[in-house]
Amino acid sequence: MLVIDQLSVSYGAIKAVREVSLRVEKGEIVALLGPNGAGKTSLISAIIGLVPASGGRVVLDGVDITRRRTEDIVRLGATVTPEGRHIFADLSVGQNLRLGAATRRDRDGIAADTERMLAMFPILRERFASRAQTLSGGEQQQLAIARSMMSRPKLLMLDEPSLGLAPKLVEQIFGLITELRTQGLTLLVVEQNAYDALAMADRAYIMNSGRLQFSGRSEELLASDDLMELYLGTGTGVHAGAAS
Amino acid sequence: MDYVIQQVLNAASIGGEYALLALGLAIVFSVMGLVNFAHGELITISGFTMYAIFIFAAPTSAWGLLPVGIIAAIAAAVVFERVAFRPVRNAPATTGLLTAFGLSIVVKNFFVSVVGATRPRAVPTPDWLSSHIEIGAVHIQTLQLLEAAVTAVALMALLALLRGTNIGLAMRAAAKDFNTVRLMGIRANQVVLAAFVISGLLAGLAAVFIMARRGAVDPFMGFTPVLKAFVAAVLGGFGSLGGAVVGGLALGAAEVLFQIILPESIAGYRDAFVFLFVGGVLILRPQGLFGRKHQFGDKEG
Repeated sequence: MLVIDQLSVSYGAIKAVREVSLRVEKGEIVALLGPNGAGKTSLISAIIGLVPASGGRVVLDGVDITRRRTEDIVRLGATVTPEGRHIFADLSVGQNLRLGAATRRDRDGIAADTERMLAMFPILRERFASRAQTLSGGEQQQLAIARSMMSRPKLLMLDEPSLGLAPKLVEQIFGLITELRTQGLTLLVVEQNAYDALAMADRAYIMNSGRLQFSGRSEELLASDDLMELYLGTGTGVHAGAAS
Repeated sequence: MDYVIQQVLNAASIGGEYALLALGLAIVFSVMGLVNFAHGELITISGFTMYAIFIFAAPTSAWGLLPVGIIAAIAAAVVFERVAFRPVRNAPATTGLLTAFGLSIVVKNFFVSVVGATRPRAVPTPDWLSSHIEIGAVHIQTLQLLEAAVTAVALMALLALLRGTNIGLAMRAAAKDFNTVRLMGIRANQVVLAAFVISGLLAGLAAVFIMARRGAVDPFMGFTPVLKAFVAAVLGGFGSLGGAVVGGLALGAAEVLFQIILPESIAGYRDAFVFLFVGGVLILRPQGLFGRKHQFGDKEG
């Protein structure tokens, strides 16, 4: 589905991403983990074309999208759900969903998908006519995901879906991501919240200082306190403390 | 009563013209952060196109010149975007500003040196525009009535576009967060193009009214109206669409009001008093009537 080969991103003299290679297969949930400033968001932004790659290649379903425009990549079936604060604050919930489907012309399909999203996120039905600005952080995150789904992506990349959310909401959002996969979606999830992300993901990549440090199956990481401690700085003890 | 109605209409027509122009500036600014100092040149180009058609095509009626003026302004706005502003779209804001200044100078001097229009040239407009109609005891100039009405219709159409169409919603969303609009698969070029087409259309409408009022073209005719439109936009809160409309109408009202209340001996200083009034408002509300408070460096604002 997605193949990234030796991708680099530079901002002037600063190298945010250094020759990262990774792949995401169809139907997988892949977690991209690492501390703040590791280059995760830069990598996602380069994949979707919001920042130019300074080297390497991005291939989506066999199509080289490295130098494509963001809007063209989205039309090819990949999209990014940015952090929840990137909802359209001045527009209503309904208008946000409508813009999510802006590339589509099938009115009936759009109406059906809107209904599906409102069934999945009941709070959005309640707040359908409200300005998105008035939603809580968790509600905004749900809106951001629902809005992305309206374009019927094949590959959805989520940037920090748990950011700023209460643990209960994190659980709900991650449950939802798992459900999206059962509907045939492929997901790449950028997270700082390593444990919850690993519990849901099939595989994980860990980035630090712009480089890929580890790649492997989620169980492998979860089973090894050494690996968790080494790459994510979170041994079991920390987790137990945080979860209780 | 008769006098009051006439003055209100006077204020509405002048204010409407400022509102049309200020709105064009505000739309382009809100979507792409560009302060378009070449906006006045759209009026000039519109006027000279009407003049050229009048000279070369010699139409039997001046009617046909009106749509020509509007289409010319839209086309010029599109060309400005494609040729001048698109290459610097992602450059710092000052680059866009200087590009607009440069464009303005180039267009003015094209008309001065290439067209050789150093003196104003007369352009006819339909007679009925300058005629009067009687409603009861009130004597109304058709042009003013039309100007107020067209402004109102244009504003309502724009409101419908911004509320009820994908491109309108995308323009509003892009004002805050252009990248996320692109994540919806909406083409950035289309959103920017829409902003310029609308600003060109509004400038074209204003240009037709300006032509009807002054009956002549010259290379600098766009300067004063757009200067006033800038003042109106700042008064309303730069970048706010509602603010541009209210600012335009308020400026028109202030001009008419000072025209009435100032004694004859200092009537020539009308604009000074108007700007004093605007300055006073901005001391009380530095962000303008409808502007939001911005912190410098905060792009999410």
